[in-house]
Amino acid sequence: MANTPKIELRGVKKRFGPKVVLDGIDLTLESGSSLVVIGGSGTGKSVTIKCVLGILRPDEGEILVDGQDVTRLRGREREAMLRKFGMLFQASALFDSLPVWENVAFGLIQGRGMARKEARDIAIQKLAKVGLGPEVAGLSPAELSGGMQKRVGLARAIAADPEIIFFDEPTTGLDPIMADIINALIVDTVKDVGATTLSITHDMVSARKIADRIAMLYKGKIIWNGPTKDVDASGNPYVDQFIHGRAEGPIKMEVKA
Amino acid sequence: MNIFAPIGRAFLTLLAQIGSLTMFTASAVSGCFRPPIYWLHIVRQMMRIGYFSLPVVGLTAFFTGGVLALQIYIGGNRYGAEAIVPQIVVLGITRELGPVIAGLMVAGRVAAAIAAEIGTMRVTEQIDALTTLATNPIKYLVVPRLVAAIVSLPVLVGIADSIGVFGGYIVSTESLGFSGGTYLKNTVDFVTHQDVTSGLIKAAVFGFIIALMGCYNGFHSKGGAQGVGTATTNAVVSSSILILAANYVLTSILFSK
Repeated sequence: MANTPKIELRGVKKRFGPKVVLDGIDLTLESGSSLVVIGGSGTGKSVTIKCVLGILRPDEGEILVDGQDVTRLRGREREAMLRKFGMLFQASALFDSLPVWENVAFGLIQGRGMARKEARDIAIQKLAKVGLGPEVAGLSPAELSGGMQKRVGLARAIAADPEIIFFDEPTTGLDPIMADIINALIVDTVKDVGATTLSITHDMVSARKIADRIAMLYKGKIIWNGPTKDVDASGNPYVDQFIHGRAEGPIKMEVKA
Repeated sequence: MNIFAPIGRAFLTLLAQIGSLTMFTASAVSGCFRPPIYWLHIVRQMMRIGYFSLPVVGLTAFFTGGVLALQIYIGGNRYGAEAIVPQIVVLGITRELGPVIAGLMVAGRVAAAIAAEIGTMRVTEQIDALTTLATNPIKYLVVPRLVAAIVSLPVLVGIADSIGVFGGYIVSTESLGFSGGTYLKNTVDFVTHQDVTSGLIKAAVFGFIIALMGCYNGFHSKGGAQGVGTATTNAVVSSSILILAANYVLTSILFSK
């Protein structure tokens, strides 16, 4: 069991109509590791995560979580599988009809049937972990700044002590200082919970900070995959162009979708 | 230029729409019978769909009853049949105008609100967030609205029936010279059990249509603000048309001899 990877994608393909988004993705996440998938906009990073979570169903291929193929799970089995996950969304995706603490406690109350009082206490603890005081708990998400919403989103993602956490563009839309704070929080909280993480980003500063390994997605395929320290010496012209953010190179931006 | 391609594409799109609506309806209806049931949400939605629609439905019913009395009086005058006003008013209101007018008013108010709310949750990834928190969005969002609308609409129509008849009574006694006692006696003697129940059955079906179209369009909205706008429009238009079509079908079934 020790060498069963936490998550394994084998030949995952997904098309939307005539547009091939994922063209045979193979990825492996060892338990406790932190993988960051980099790639330009519209290369299928979000689709990859949504396939693992079962929000989208891949056309071909297998996705194994703890050795179990999750692409065909339904109903209760699927909900049980989802309890292993936490996710931080790009725009935080907080429920605007609920106060901050209920957002954080949502997975505990609705997903696990915990009593509200107990869940509230845990929510306040988790908020403290991301640097927010208990006075924030009763506010509505709309009253918070973008950086604070990200923190609440992070608290919600870790509230149920998940085994796996996904981060979708965790630093997008934040100023560089707040981005660094969020990166540091991600590293700390993940270490704290001991979770396996998969992040997608196009922010190289963020990727270098939170990743053990980096994989680059281009045109629906993983074109490079290696330890973070090797990313500067990948010898791959696509990766070089991306990490240095050059307009000239083998990657041509497709302006037309 | 191939003129068949666009026709074929439109037809395929139509089939895909019907298919996805059927699947959505099936999972929503089956969700009504499988736990967890969010009772608190059902009550809250009944307040929003039923209680807060009372003023607008009451006012329209009042004026409809009044204008009905006026028209029948004028029309009946040609045959010297003015005395039939109470009978026709109660028949028209309970069988047709009560449920249809309440249905259309609630479609405008509630289907739009549901589509806008769920559509915004869709485009801000709140629905995906529900999934990652091991909560089934159909059961959490759709089922409470569906149940609340099916229960609320008959109650609303029962009240609208009374107010509609009352509107006819006021106009008849105040400006058409009917005696109040005779008017009420004729109304009560004439109306049958079946007139009222057929209207209430229609109301329940209309409630189902309103909540379903609101939820379906919201769930499948795409893009940003514009997508939510389109979803809202579609929800109102499609629920209104379906209400009128279902009204015809239900009338022909309920009153088939």
